[in-house]
Amino acid sequence: MKKGTLAAGFVGLIGLIIVPFVAADYILHIAIQILIWGFIYTAWSMMGRFGLTSFGHGAFLGVGAYVPALLWNYYGVTPWLGIPVAMAVTVLLAILIGYPSFHLRVVGHYFALVTLALSQVVLLSLVAAREVTGGSLGMTLNVVHSWLALQFAQKSVFYGIALVVWLVGLVVWWRVDTGIGRVALEAISEDEIAAASSGINVMREKLRVTMISAALTALGGALLTQYIQYVNPEVVSGVAVSLQIVFAAIAGGMGTLLGPTVGAFFTIVLNESLRILFGIHFIGAANTIYGILLILFIIFMPQGIVGLIEGISARTVRDAGEGAAPAAAPASSEP
Amino acid sequence: MDIFLLEAVVDGLLLGGVLALLALGLNLIFGVIDVVWICYVELVMCGMYAVYWLYAYFGLPFYVAGPVAILFVAGLGALVHLLIIEPVLNFAPINQLLATGGLLFFLQSFATLLFSTDFRNIGLHLAPIELGEIDVSKARLLAFAVALLGAGGLYLFLKRTYLGTAIRAISQDHEVMGLMGVSQRSIYFITSAIGGGLAGLAACLLVLQYDVHPFIGNSFGPITFMICVLGGLGNMLGGFAAAFIMSQIIAVGGYYFSIEFSYVLAFLLFIVMIFVRPQGIFGR
Repeated sequence: MKKGTLAAGFVGLIGLIIVPFVAADYILHIAIQILIWGFIYTAWSMMGRFGLTSFGHGAFLGVGAYVPALLWNYYGVTPWLGIPVAMAVTVLLAILIGYPSFHLRVVGHYFALVTLALSQVVLLSLVAAREVTGGSLGMTLNVVHSWLALQFAQKSVFYGIALVVWLVGLVVWWRVDTGIGRVALEAISEDEIAAASSGINVMREKLRVTMISAALTALGGALLTQYIQYVNPEVVSGVAVSLQIVFAAIAGGMGTLLGPTVGAFFTIVLNESLRILFGIHFIGAANTIYGILLILFIIFMPQGIVGLIEGISARTVRDAGEGAAPAAAPASSEP
Repeated sequence: MDIFLLEAVVDGLLLGGVLALLALGLNLIFGVIDVVWICYVELVMCGMYAVYWLYAYFGLPFYVAGPVAILFVAGLGALVHLLIIEPVLNFAPINQLLATGGLLFFLQSFATLLFSTDFRNIGLHLAPIELGEIDVSKARLLAFAVALLGAGGLYLFLKRTYLGTAIRAISQDHEVMGLMGVSQRSIYFITSAIGGGLAGLAACLLVLQYDVHPFIGNSFGPITFMICVLGGLGNMLGGFAAAFIMSQIIAVGGYYFSIEFSYVLAFLLFIVMIFVRPQGIFGR
């Protein structure tokens, strides 16, 4: 990592730490959402950038959101225990769906559809178990403001937690990016058979990144529930949320560290500003614009916003060292 | 046999007709153009709104509103191809899926913007028919019959007409047909319009049974994709048969458990099937 990037990152971090001391509650509320969703999109992009396009992260998000909430509401188990349990369950789920998929070479849009089916299984199971989960009406957390319950009266505390988790997400992303696994995964996404024949353990690499991505997504889902203190199957596991994860990550750019977070920032700020500008009469306006932009992104710049900016700056600076790095999403370079 | 079970089986059979029609349109487009329209069921939603406005608001008779809606959705289908599919025709399949996914987002939220999230019913109620001891919904029976007729019509069109032959030929070889003097571009365009038209037909049938709202696609979309894959993507006969298998699972499962649980079963079956027979039940 270059010195300039490091310094910029440091300044940025200081800025993020200052936010809760200066910002109004509303800004803080937006910032928390951006951090949590940014974290979830980052988790998704760990798979997505290697051509493992999951349309079913709603499944992991749903398990992450519901397991700690159910444990807390029914048995009084603290989320500090509930969240690791939820992450373990999603890792299991990821193995259950990932192992046969990778073993049988279910790739591309078949993989997308399998994961979509998985998210539907989770969604409909949550709705079907309405005696326990409250069905489509959702479920409200028993509110106790304490560290044990991981619920807080002040938004600033939760902001701190979200910030830490988001940073952890970035570190994990960076570790995957700089590790030897990245080279292997890129090779796999280019040509799986060639990668396997050159000694890469395709199954292990794919499964590892899938498990990490699933576990982090579950953590994101759990945080979201802890923050909003309410959970609803359609909101965490619906088709819309699974697609939204995919699109925001792509819009932001999934081949770069901050891309998915930029995607979260972009979508949430767009949503909020349209809501403020037009009020509730224009419900759906944000998503309408968003849908059009997504189509344009896919057609004209599959590498996303951050990829585009980096592409331009790389061209102007002619920085040979870094310029080659922000490659387009591997999915788009496939034949 | 239990009377309610029998009713569930009949219901499943009738539901299968509409699902088969949906799967048919999607499979036609996939088989010929090699693109999965993940927004296909959203086109059905557009068609349902078209029927709603024409029939319930402007007071046109149903037999006028229906065909107009079918033409409207056929036009939409052609537009989708021109504006969204053509630019991404040479992209990776997953990016094509994402582009049509963007359209799904757009259509759902644009419908919300225009019509709000209200559930709208066209207010045309057909009395159920008593068949022996069970009641059969006339709307479903009609849907089933028209779906079969539509499927038959499509089959004849593809087998017997010059254009149909060209469409089948291009689905077998995308490059050589161009050399044989068939314009790939116009065939794709026509196929998209036909696929849209089938969605419009399905819309006319569904609007008799369900309220229309912007997110109705979410309840039919996933299952339609599963059916297509189960039958073998692009395999129209396979998809047709798979629709009836899935609808029986849903209906009979709904009888024994709950309707959500029967959908869970259907999706689990799909996941297992894609592992066991990725080429579809009827694939080679």
